[in-house]
Amino acid sequence: MKPSRPWLAPLLSAIFFALFVGIWHLATLPTSAAVQVDPEYAALVGQAAATGTKSAMPTPGEVGAKLWEHFRDPFYDKGTNDKGIGTQLAFSIGRVLLGFSLAALVAVPLGFVIGMSPLIYKALDPFIQVLKPISPLAWMPLALYTIKDSDISAIFVIFICSLWPMLVNTAFGVANVRRDWLNVARTLEVSRLRTAFQVILPAAAPTIMTGMRISVGIAWLVIVAAEMLVGGTGIGYFVWNEWNNLSIANIISAILLIGLVGMLLDTLLARLARAVTYRE
Amino acid sequence: MTPSFLKVEGLARRFPGPAGTPGVTVFEDIHFGIEKGEFVCIIGHSGCGKTTILNVLAGLDEANDGLVIMDGREVRGPSLDRGVVFQGHALLPWLSALGNVAFGVRSRWPAWSAKQVEEHSTRYLEMVGLGPALHKKQAELSGGMKQRVGIARAFAIQPKMLLLDEPFGALDALTRGTIQDELLAIVQATHQTVFMITHDVDEAILLADKVLLMSNGPGARIAEIVEITMRRERTRNSIHHDPQYYRIRNHLVDFLVNRSKGYADDKMPDHDPRQPPVVRPGLEGGAETLPLPARTAPVAASIHPLKNLSA
Repeated sequence: MKPSRPWLAPLLSAIFFALFVGIWHLATLPTSAAVQVDPEYAALVGQAAATGTKSAMPTPGEVGAKLWEHFRDPFYDKGTNDKGIGTQLAFSIGRVLLGFSLAALVAVPLGFVIGMSPLIYKALDPFIQVLKPISPLAWMPLALYTIKDSDISAIFVIFICSLWPMLVNTAFGVANVRRDWLNVARTLEVSRLRTAFQVILPAAAPTIMTGMRISVGIAWLVIVAAEMLVGGTGIGYFVWNEWNNLSIANIISAILLIGLVGMLLDTLLARLARAVTYRE
Repeated sequence: MTPSFLKVEGLARRFPGPAGTPGVTVFEDIHFGIEKGEFVCIIGHSGCGKTTILNVLAGLDEANDGLVIMDGREVRGPSLDRGVVFQGHALLPWLSALGNVAFGVRSRWPAWSAKQVEEHSTRYLEMVGLGPALHKKQAELSGGMKQRVGIARAFAIQPKMLLLDEPFGALDALTRGTIQDELLAIVQATHQTVFMITHDVDEAILLADKVLLMSNGPGARIAEIVEITMRRERTRNSIHHDPQYYRIRNHLVDFLVNRSKGYADDKMPDHDPRQPPVVRPGLEGGAETLPLPARTAPVAASIHPLKNLSA
């Protein structure tokens, strides 16, 4: 047997990371060669064009400094368009959790009913099949028009995109509970309500949790786009705002944090899923 | 004659064929009775509808014809009066052994406190030798232990009748033997009425008071009822010293191999499915009149804790 080297994979990760940062650094080094500048352009932008060497793409050092700046003071508030990145993330996470929770409140009971009744399953299936593939952002104008509140519209979009995976998974899990287990409950004269909560729910829980994990992943993808549209607050709005400021360092910082928060949400639900998983 | 504790009359089950074609009659004209405290095994080839009959008795399936009467009442739907041990043990994998037994106990006695439920369930798990494994989940139990939990779950609700669907089919021979002994001891101590499906002739002879022989399906019937004319206090180790053992065994095997065909569609004019012949192999001539076993022999069977827990 090969000796186990648990440090090998992290070491490789570190090497890959160093390589990536190194290439990035080399690619963004200021070029010292004189650049031919269109005199008219130079007249427009002045000094910067004359030296013309610095691109807007930041070096890793600059991004690092920016991140450090954000970490030191994540929750400052200097008016509508200048809030700390922590505040913005909190707004986004809040919207995702609210929309996601509302969706869970609807999808799990409804999925239960659909899964228990083949008739309702067949009756609702065409609607679900048509509604499921609609991009959640396509609902945005309709939401804005009917709800007339951009903040609630964003939450609605999260709601609608988290709904389907949970609904479909719950229905599937409930419909596929082992016949034997239901027969056990029947021969023991267990009431329907107790059967639902003590047999069907635990039996379908892993499938339901899988649906929730997919949902929260999609919700976190969609919130960035939704906030770019509705504006005001949130990490998506922050990214768009920094694009208007042409602060690429801020955008890269935000991208990194979006990834980290997404990973965190997924890990959280994976933990929950493990808690309800049973081995056969 | 007083009516039997459980009476099955004219039971038939038909499955509709694909549109336009005639359906399949798995079995029909099934008549038999089971007395209180009796252990009855049913033997037959695959496809003769044994499991369907058991499911009808359990109330999980409905027959197309005929009826089942237990203790003076028609069987309609599942009931706590009939405990079922399923072929594939059917434990709820997210519950411990104790949780699985308690699940049924709570349903049987809803007014009981949690402590009462736990004590009662523990007692029945200890009876099948699972005292040290109370809190183990299904994944941590061996095949034999899982089936023991299933048996404890069925016994714990103290049903009027126990239905066992090939409970040992998936177990290795050694484990099967141990659990058969345990089951025998428990049944003798509690005088439980049992209906059991098996494929194993030896198992039937060891456990049963009488064996129902089913002819082949489709159109299966009860061909014969074989009385096991041996002392009730038999054990796996001594049973083959009894000369009756081989007579009965040969009779059963002979039926399964040679005579189980051809009962369908009234091809046997002499055979009356309403009153299947009762056979006592080796005793038909009346020359050897061994005393028949008392129906409920008073046995002070102490229930042995498991000798081999890992089995």
